[in-house]
Amino acid sequence: MIRAILAVFAVFAVCVAWPVQAAVEIQEVTSPGGITAWLVEEHSIPFVALDIRFKGGSSLDAPGKRGALNLMTGLLEEGAADLNARDFAEAAEALAARFGFSLYDDTMVVSASMLTETRDQAVDLLRTALIEPRFDDDAVERVRGQVQSGIRSDATDPNAIAAARFDAIAFGDHPYGASQDGTLDSVAGLSRDDLIAAKDRVMARDRMFVAVVGDITAAELGPLLDRLLGGFPETGAPMPDKAEVTLDGGIDVVPFDTPQSVVVFGHEGIERFDPDFFAAYVLNQVLGGSGFSSRLMTEVREKRGLTYGIGSYLAPMDLAETHIGQFASANDRVAEAIEVVRAEWAKAAAEGLTEAELEVAKTYLTGSYPLRFDGNATIAGILAGMQTEGLPMDYIETRNAEIEAVTLEDVKRVAARLLQPGALTFVVVGSPEGVEAAP
Amino acid sequence: MFARLTGLALALFAALPATLPAAAQEITTFTLENGLEAVVIENHRAPVAVHMLWYRIGAADEPAGKSGIAHFLEHLLFKGTETRAAGEFSDLVEINGGSDNAFTSLDYTAYHQRVAADRLELMMELEADRMRGLQMTEEDVVTERAVILEERNQRVENDPGAIFSEQRRAAQYLNHAYGIPIIGWKHEMMALTRDDAFDFYRRFYAPNNAILVVAGDVDPDAVKALAEQYYGPLEPSADIVPRVRPEEPPQLAERRMSYADPRVAQPYVLRSYLAPERDPGAQEKAAALTYLAEILGGSGATSVLGQKLQFETQIAVYTTAYYSGDSLDDTTFGVGVFPVEGVSLAEAEAAMDRVLAEFMAEGIDDAQFERIRFQIRAAQIYAEDDIQGLARRYGAGLTSGLTLADIEAWPAVLDAVTKDQVMAAAAEVFDRKRAVTGWLMTSESGEVMQ
Repeated sequence: MIRAILAVFAVFAVCVAWPVQAAVEIQEVTSPGGITAWLVEEHSIPFVALDIRFKGGSSLDAPGKRGALNLMTGLLEEGAADLNARDFAEAAEALAARFGFSLYDDTMVVSASMLTETRDQAVDLLRTALIEPRFDDDAVERVRGQVQSGIRSDATDPNAIAAARFDAIAFGDHPYGASQDGTLDSVAGLSRDDLIAAKDRVMARDRMFVAVVGDITAAELGPLLDRLLGGFPETGAPMPDKAEVTLDGGIDVVPFDTPQSVVVFGHEGIERFDPDFFAAYVLNQVLGGSGFSSRLMTEVREKRGLTYGIGSYLAPMDLAETHIGQFASANDRVAEAIEVVRAEWAKAAAEGLTEAELEVAKTYLTGSYPLRFDGNATIAGILAGMQTEGLPMDYIETRNAEIEAVTLEDVKRVAARLLQPGALTFVVVGSPEGVEAAP
Repeated sequence: MFARLTGLALALFAALPATLPAAAQEITTFTLENGLEAVVIENHRAPVAVHMLWYRIGAADEPAGKSGIAHFLEHLLFKGTETRAAGEFSDLVEINGGSDNAFTSLDYTAYHQRVAADRLELMMELEADRMRGLQMTEEDVVTERAVILEERNQRVENDPGAIFSEQRRAAQYLNHAYGIPIIGWKHEMMALTRDDAFDFYRRFYAPNNAILVVAGDVDPDAVKALAEQYYGPLEPSADIVPRVRPEEPPQLAERRMSYADPRVAQPYVLRSYLAPERDPGAQEKAAALTYLAEILGGSGATSVLGQKLQFETQIAVYTTAYYSGDSLDDTTFGVGVFPVEGVSLAEAEAAMDRVLAEFMAEGIDDAQFERIRFQIRAAQIYAEDDIQGLARRYGAGLTSGLTLADIEAWPAVLDAVTKDQVMAAAAEVFDRKRAVTGWLMTSESGEVMQ
């Protein structure tokens, strides 16, 4: 396999000169009221995509109020200003505007697609959801019931059980350690006042990042920003402290009667702005990154047929860094799969990568990067994500050079530092055979 | 829909099928002498090309007793050929910065790559190479069979909702192969062999059974020249005949079933009715049913089921109605209710039936109907933003028995639907004799289906 790649690469190495640059021209637009947005004008299709992110996400739940931000997020489209939930939904449908509200550990995301022909009305409607949500009692109870149904379902879903258990082990009492949905009890205890307070904790000017892509000019966007987003408080809640990652090896088995065991594994990761981040990123691409050619896919799936899919990724979050992977194997085969993962982890830690693997990974990562910039909403998401991460506007042009600069020595150094076979912690949910829980 | 690896959003089941935009895309078609049909969708917004090869062969075309062979073969196509080593296909795509995958459905199998537009030629070379030149060792087959069994574990055996869905489909079709799961019944998957895969491959993988769809920053003349160069020399198969499958007999007896599993936390009732699909030259009924699904279950806050069971009464935590007309043979129309805690499945089903009866008596709200029409129009605009989705629309349509003219006419057909047509389609489809009603239950509920 490796030899085949080498031979192939030799052919392409001479002719691969990436002419493809991400074809996005970003403008920074500052509204009269001082709101900044990144804009890409794209007038070939008569609609615009907005991506508005609030840094902090579900980590900003107040102590004892786990699940408040999640419930609040679910209620933004359930009635606002003088419209109840049904009226609001009908109004959005009549404009064919598409609104999305979602919550993650580090960000809350509001996404919207609006037709040019109904944009003004759609902006006004979305503004009411963002600034004047009603949190009517009947809507709160309806959405609370949906959240609780999801919590109950997660309690019998091996994937959700594995993720929750891993987070609990990794992050303990930090907000990262508990599901953002909250518990049945914590959600039951949330009041309307809790939701109003939760909203102001995260939806604030100093937390907000905005990207806009589509059929709109910079001159049109400025006033739109003030109209849509001008009503938020200046500051949100303070960010929680960083989490301590407490993953120091061992296997945790959660007994669950199901034919296939679900496994989540990982240990501490690397910060996004660590000088060796890109070396780590390239390393992970070879070890367990996207596509079919990673070492873990090759060893666990292609050679042994032990799983349908396996992957690993770096998760540099705002308040902690982890390096995580996941797969699922039949109960009588999962022990072997875990051993293979351990062996690959140890091998990469000790030896790093080969020159051929490094070159292939760099070629893939640099070549695929421009292909991401496809579709207004996708591009808006990338641009808003860059802002929340603190990346400069020209990152799109410099990013591939960072990948290209990674050397075999860099990878070897970061592999020895990042990959810690002894700290690699496994959570196994199922009825695994030959897998013993070990501290 | 079963893919070689999950991760790509496969949105074919969207309740609102996005429709063909009129302006922004240039569509070119041609057919090679060996029978390969091609569709080129020009879209020059980004320097990206999507290359898809669709075969008119799916899980519903499998020999009896060999369920899962279409999907198994899809996996095996990533093994070697006479000129390429096993795994080399994906390695080459990756080295070129691309991504690749494949998926198998009831009516089609498709292989696709997304690459920088200047890498299109290599994709064609690779895809043409494996259309007729597949090779695989016994070891490849045994290992990959373990992979598809793990895929079945992941998608079905570990998920009570998926087990329930499989059982309901099997009951829905009395004679047609749509009752057999795409991934296969486990006992038949375990017995699939290298010979089974090759027999299926040699018979059905040929240019006269394939449709090439290329979308993105490409020039149609250049695409045609490349297609002639790489796909042109391939031999057609003599075994390709029109797909005539065993048809359903009159369905005369209502089917009812219940499945209890300790892994179920949220019970629900789902009913599927046998329903017509989009047929060449006759898509009106399917268009009406597309509206019907939106009217009954499109959005929780505005649909008929959502309004009556989640808003006016607090019976359901969630309601649904679903339909997709992309199918070669008769498909299904579904409705479902997920009750709140304390409401039994019997009560949930009774409430669902009450709402359906009221709907048949009261008809459709004018304002709701116009909102849905406007949204379907808007979906055409939003769809222009998604090259891969556009490519899929053609591939899925052409492998599901439709012609190019049908695919291009679909937006106009949707736009012309009337309330009377929707009510007539509902009256025809809502026939309990042609329906399966299923209860998915927790183990401890103790409720007995009536």
